[in-house]
This record gives sequence, structure tokens and C-alpha cells, in this order.
Amino acid sequence: METKEQKISVRAFGMIAEKIGSAQIQLIGISTIDELRESLFDQFPDLKNMKFSIAINKQLASGNAPIPADSEIALLPPFSGG
Amino acid sequence: MDRFERQHILSGFGIESQQKLQNAKVLCIGAGGLGCPILLYLAAAGVGKIGIMDGDVISLSNLNRQVLFGENDLGKPKASVAADYLRNKYSDLEIVEIPEFITTANALEIMSDFDLIIDGTDNFSTRYLVNDGCFLLKKPLVFGAIYEHEGQILVFNSAKAGGTNYRDLYPNPPAATEIPNCNETGVLGVLPGMIGVMMATEVIKVLTGYAESLENKILFFNSLNYQTYTIDFNSNPELKKLIPDTFEAFRAKDYSLSCETIPSVDWDFALSQQNSDSIIVDIREASEMPKLEREEVLYLPMSKLLKESKSLLAAGEVYLFCQSGIRSLKAVTELQKVLPGKSIYSIKGGIAAFLSKQEESNTYGN
Repeated sequence: METKEQKISVRAFGMIAEKIGSAQIQLIGISTIDELRESLFDQFPDLKNMKFSIAINKQLASGNAPIPADSEIALLPPFSGG
Repeated sequence: MDRFERQHILSGFGIESQQKLQNAKVLCIGAGGLGCPILLYLAAAGVGKIGIMDGDVISLSNLNRQVLFGENDLGKPKASVAADYLRNKYSDLEIVEIPEFITTANALEIMSDFDLIIDGTDNFSTRYLVNDGCFLLKKPLVFGAIYEHEGQILVFNSAKAGGTNYRDLYPNPPAATEIPNCNETGVLGVLPGMIGVMMATEVIKVLTGYAESLENKILFFNSLNYQTYTIDFNSNPELKKLIPDTFEAFRAKDYSLSCETIPSVDWDFALSQQNSDSIIVDIREASEMPKLEREEVLYLPMSKLLKESKSLLAAGEVYLFCQSGIRSLKAVTELQKVLPGKSIYSIKGGIAAFLSKQEESNTYGN
């Protein structure tokens, strides 16, 4: 299926970027938020225990939203320092 | 000419906006890395009444970023030193010092006296408490937070933002153990400086209606590459259910981080155990003030805790405390790994809770 091969870019901030080891990665074959989480948790198990929100094309996403091809995803952890 | 001449002549700002600043009453919660630049710039800009709320005292390790304080201020209350500094500079402002930590007991009353609240605190429990309080009181909230080289800035609850609040982005606080705090995470002093100045900018925009503020947006800023990233979000009615729905429910809510799995006790309990073979351990770094002046306290900073955990072997029970009770939660889980079977507890609220307990008994003569 063509949609399974779609490419997305993922930007990460704060501690999430640290755990991933990069502030930006590419993923292939992801078309929903659930698939994204599964793929991330697979590759970076530390993320399972961390809170973060997800944005699709600079808009906060909720639930199992679809991810269009060529989307830019952002993984947004809360910061607390002051 | 007055000291705001350059703001009067700014295109689109003018005397009217200056008047709005002068009439405004703003409460800055947290006079630390973020609070210092915020306070300096809001006072310089002529915000008429500024409340400074912080129950902490100044310690040596604060001085790389908390630019209102110097060597002669160590051990003094942050709120009072900051207030004196600003009063000395500007006679045309009303500066109110509130040298207390914000709690569910004092939050609503104190926040009610102000038009806009700024959250420059340093822990999640306070941030959720301030968010919920502002939501209940319908007060605009300018929020900023940092992590290493990054910061995030938001504006909640303003007239333009409608009812957006922190829980629209992060419905529930993280578990205590997922959180590093400022004393474990290093920071260059310039980062809170920049984020604080950006927060002050948002305060000025919200108060005057000048330009576009960050309503319904979250801005991420990275000081290493100067990249910004802005995300839009909307209020989610479902998530409002997480906020206490009445003032009474807010006052009754326990905002300390949920830590069912981490054994915690309060100060009264920990101190009552001191006739046995138990031990109280201060896990803060050497520079952190004030010290708990009691014989039975062992100083074993977090950085050495695991390496020197053997020194705790002889103790029956171990009670750990830090500044606000967050690091000690993490320390309990770390210590449990190297001292399996040992009874190890975190003392709720850290030294801050001890100080407010002491203050209460002074006030009420108990």
C-alpha cells in the first residue's frame, strides 16, 4: 500500500530529543498517531515513560489522528525549570 | 519628558498603552532565573503594581542566572531582596513582596489582587496549581519554563485566548521520577534571561493589546541555534474536567506529585522517629541554603549519594529531603536499587515545607 511508504519528518525537543539522540529524524510508513507512537516506543523504549504532546504540521494533535504524507511531526515535552 | 518617552513615541504603542501598563497589577510567581529578568523589565517598562512571590532564600548557586541578587544577599528571602532592589530604582511603582511559596491555601486570595499572573516557578506541582487557580479566577497567565538550552512560552486565559490552559497541552503532571529539576540539570544563566525577557514581552502585549501575543500557541526556543518553533492549539472542553470546579475543590486538592509508589512522609513523622536508629539525610548540594540545623542530619548530596550509599547501611530507616521534595523522590528510587530492602522515605515538600511549618508555629504559637 502506497500510504504505508509515506515519509514524515519528526522534530523533537528537550529531553525527548536527548532520548532519541537527535532533534530531527525521518520515519517511513507511518500514517497515524498510534503508528507513530508504536514506532517511536519500539526504537526508543525510554520514551514510553515520558510525557509529551504531539503536533502535526504545527497543530496540536489529539487521539489517533491521521498523519498526511510529508507531514512534519513535533514531539513536545513539558518543561518545568525556572 | 518622563522615563517612558521612548515607549510613548513607539509607533502604535503611545501614551495610551503606557497608561495601561501604569494601571496594571501583575503578580510574578517565582523570583528565580525567569523571575529576575521579568521583574527587571516590567519595572523598567512602568507596570504600576508588581507583586513578587517566592518563599525561597538566595543561595550561591543561584547567582549565575538570578541577576537581581549578589554575594551580599545569600540566605535572604528572594522576594524581599528583589522588591528592595526595584523600589530603590523606581519610585513610581508599587512593589509588593510576598515571601511565601504559593499553595492551595493562599493562591486564590493572593492572585485575586492582580490582573495578570506570571508563572516563573521551577516545578510541575506549582505549575499545575497556578494554572488551575488562574483558570478558576479567569486571570490571564503568562507561562514560561526551561530545560537545558531550550525554553517554552505560552499565554493562557487572556481575553483573546478564550479558555485555553496548560492542561490543553499537558492534561496531567508527569510522574515525579521522570522529572529532572534545575539543580540536577545544568543551565547557562543567559537562557532563563532570554526566556524571561520573552515572557515580559508577552506580559506587555497582553496588558496593552499591542501586537500579537502567543495566545493559543506554544513557542519553543533553542538558545544554541536560535531556532523557534510555534505550535497552535485550541481549548479542549473535555480536559477542563481535570481542573477543580470550585474554589473549595481547589483548596482541597493535593497538588504534590502523585507518587503512590514512592514512600513519603511529612516532617512531623520524620522528626518523631529520631529517637531510634533512623537518619535524616540532606541530599542537596553543599551550596543550597538554608541548612537544617539539627544534630541528626547527615549531608550527602545527590551527586555522591549512590557512591557513598554504604554510609547509610547502619541506619534503620532513612529519611531524605531536598529543597522542595522532588529530588528526594527520585533519590528514594535510586537508593532502593543499591540498598534493597532498606526502608527509605522522601520527606514531603523538602526544606521549604520545614520552613513554612516553622513559620506557622511561630505565627500561631503552637
